[in-house]
Amino acid sequence: MIAIVPGCIAILVALGVAGAILARAPVGRWIVYGGCLLVGSTSLVAGLIAIGGPTEHLVLPLGVPWIGMHLRLDSLSGFFLALLGLGAAGASLFAIGYGRHDQEPQRILPFYPLFLAGMHLVLLADDTFTFLFAWEFMSATSWALVVAQHKDEGNAHAAFVYLVMAVFSGLAMLLAFGMLAGAAGAYTFDAMRAAHPTAGVVAAAFAFALIGAGSKAGLVPLHVWLPLAHPAAPSPVSALMSGVMTKIAIYGFVRVVFDLLGGVPWWAATIVAILGGIGAVLGVLHATMERDLKRLLAYSTVENIGIVFVGLGLAMAFQANGFPTGAALALTAALFHALNHTLFKSLLFFGAGAVLHATGTRDIENLGGLIKRMPVTAATVLVGCFAISALPPMNGFASEWLIFQAILLRPELPQWGLKLAIPADGALLALAAALAAACFVRAFGIAFLGRPRTPAAEQAHETDIWSRAAMGIFAGLCLLTGLFPGAIIDLLAPVAQAMTGARMPVQTGDPWLTTVPVASSRSSYNGLLLFLFVAASGGLAAMVVRRVGSAVLRRVPPWDCGFPDPSPMTQYTAASMGQPIERVYGTAIFRARSTVDMPAPGDMRPARLTRTRSDPVWDAVYAPLGRCVTFVSSHLNVLQFLTIRRYLGFVFGALIVLLAALALWQ
Amino acid sequence: MHGISFDIAHMLAGFLVLASFSMLYQVRLYALLNVLALHAFVLALSVAWQAHIQDAPHLYITALIALGFKAILIPWALRKIVFRLGIHREIEAVGGIGPTMLAGMALVALSLEVMLPVTALADPVAREDIALALSVVLIGLLTMVTRRNAVSQVVGFLSLENGIILAAAGARGMPLVVEISVAFSVLVACIVVGIFLFRIRERFDSVDVGVMDTFRGGQG
Repeated sequence: MIAIVPGCIAILVALGVAGAILARAPVGRWIVYGGCLLVGSTSLVAGLIAIGGPTEHLVLPLGVPWIGMHLRLDSLSGFFLALLGLGAAGASLFAIGYGRHDQEPQRILPFYPLFLAGMHLVLLADDTFTFLFAWEFMSATSWALVVAQHKDEGNAHAAFVYLVMAVFSGLAMLLAFGMLAGAAGAYTFDAMRAAHPTAGVVAAAFAFALIGAGSKAGLVPLHVWLPLAHPAAPSPVSALMSGVMTKIAIYGFVRVVFDLLGGVPWWAATIVAILGGIGAVLGVLHATMERDLKRLLAYSTVENIGIVFVGLGLAMAFQANGFPTGAALALTAALFHALNHTLFKSLLFFGAGAVLHATGTRDIENLGGLIKRMPVTAATVLVGCFAISALPPMNGFASEWLIFQAILLRPELPQWGLKLAIPADGALLALAAALAAACFVRAFGIAFLGRPRTPAAEQAHETDIWSRAAMGIFAGLCLLTGLFPGAIIDLLAPVAQAMTGARMPVQTGDPWLTTVPVASSRSSYNGLLLFLFVAASGGLAAMVVRRVGSAVLRRVPPWDCGFPDPSPMTQYTAASMGQPIERVYGTAIFRARSTVDMPAPGDMRPARLTRTRSDPVWDAVYAPLGRCVTFVSSHLNVLQFLTIRRYLGFVFGALIVLLAALALWQ
Repeated sequence: MHGISFDIAHMLAGFLVLASFSMLYQVRLYALLNVLALHAFVLALSVAWQAHIQDAPHLYITALIALGFKAILIPWALRKIVFRLGIHREIEAVGGIGPTMLAGMALVALSLEVMLPVTALADPVAREDIALALSVVLIGLLTMVTRRNAVSQVVGFLSLENGIILAAAGARGMPLVVEISVAFSVLVACIVVGIFLFRIRERFDSVDVGVMDTFRGGQG
């Protein structure tokens, strides 16, 4: 089984070469995206088989001489491989149609398969060199995709920030593995599993892994690159970056913390859970105030990554206290949510891509009324919005409900830090879920409902058949995983067993496919029954309305509030919808200010409303850091223009200082 | 082996350090070149003595190279260059002689302080030779730093190389290849520097590196 995956990677690399050669020919798009679709489907199947299958090893004579490349496929990498295959297949299917509109396919086609290859290799790596190489390869190829549309305003800056953060993330992972390797220099993961590091080493390795994987995943406060870079890429790549690459980062975190370290102290769990909760709220608040559709989705990714990290933090907390059942529940919930996020975020990015192509704009203030012109896109995006807002019976609800079930197990934890942090986390998650619903009501309502705000939105057209197929499949999967969460939970059982030593109760045997997190006496959820109830009551209501009301359809002009000229400008806008939330949270957290510039009577210039908003994390951490780097580099720049004598003097001085240090050291 | 041969090796190495010191305060270029010749001559003697006490005939070749190239050929070539550049009458400002000498002494003390504990287990001849060789290297660097004239910087560089050769000769069993390559590298460097000096002179009418700095907008 494992040999298939290196084969997939080799095919992807070959597709990258083919993409470079055939980039300008129309057939290139078919070969590359079609090939990636097949490879993604293969990975999906291979991953699904590997979850329940035995752990397999493979050593390839590649990479560092005399060491080779150690690969391993176990249940954890199998799950993420399936997730990657699913996301890749969907994005490739979407891209077959969407890629027709790429302005410069030669900037995308070679890197798209290589990006997938890098992510495959991360999942399979079983030694430090392979892992870090794949990690950096993934970053580099995705950077190339971010910078593909470099002529658009702001993309170059986004790519630069992304590159800096990717290098930072790679460095932190390098240090994490350096701590794990210890003095003996163990480079294979097997050796790291067998080692028994001291408490200090565990703390340092955990901290570096959190920083490295967190900055790749978009964990607050390391998320700043994400809302810049994800929207900058072409839409299928945005879907891959948001839906899949962040999950690969989560895989890295789980691999280090749960597998290689084999558990961390409880304070580490508190940090992860708190950062996750803050990230969920900050991300969704940003999303609620955002008017760029793709950036809104990217901020929502920050939110969902926060939710996943809350789950992971809970699992770590339960594990630190020797409570494997709780750990299994929390870990399963976190991984389930990761899968769900892949599904609905890919779907929503596909929808955003379709809207972007149809109207040429990502600004939701310029959209409106698209439901009439793009019915399939609207319907599938609506399903995605349902799912991401965690409305039952969609999949988002199932996983978030499981995370809340894990939060409710909190009284079993002894430490006061956790006892206090976890309810706060629960409150933050509840707030984030409510705000997410508001955010997506706003996004969907402004973009798809109402009347078109611009001619571009008025002349929008439905997207092509491939894109519609991709969106339809993912919408169906969102519903299916919501109706049958038990199947996913049972699928995840081997992963939970391997990571935490326990699993959730078997779900498939329960009557009516009920989901039971711990025991049926505590709580249970049944998505299928709920769906049937909603469908039945909704259908009944519709039938009654049909029967009672008149069947004649009457079209009248909407009420114009007394204005004789019903311009689309008089509609409710995204800004007006986000304003209450901005008033409540924005003033304190984002320092949102709006100033009205009212001209004096008789002055002919228009009145202006200026709104400013700033990211607290950027202001508190990144801006001072950037100023510090600029200060140091501008002062070190003087060193480039010294005289020969001064350079000699520096060399001489350095030599003397080192020798003096040597003399004093002895 | 001990006794007189030991003392002579140290005497010659010490003499080399002394020559380095006298290089520090030579303000006239011809005098500086004379000291360079003396420096290389002492090096040749020292290496020859090492060859004798180590029974290493290949070191005689090194000594001959040092004598031929460094004591005779290179000073002669530099003398020609100085004459053709017409700077043989110039007096170079070397900064305060007193502080420079004190700095040189401090460097010798530092190198002894560093080297003697490190090489505690080594052969005693090689041990002190290496300490003295390091002081020659450091004083050569100090000469380069304190000088403004390109020719004197070349001289400082050459004396630095002499220190390296001294260290290499003192270590038993150092293959000849290394010394020949070092000697050749010095020769090549010298040729390159000679050509450069003329190019610089053509371009800027001076071999004072301070003058060059004004051309590139530095501050002296």
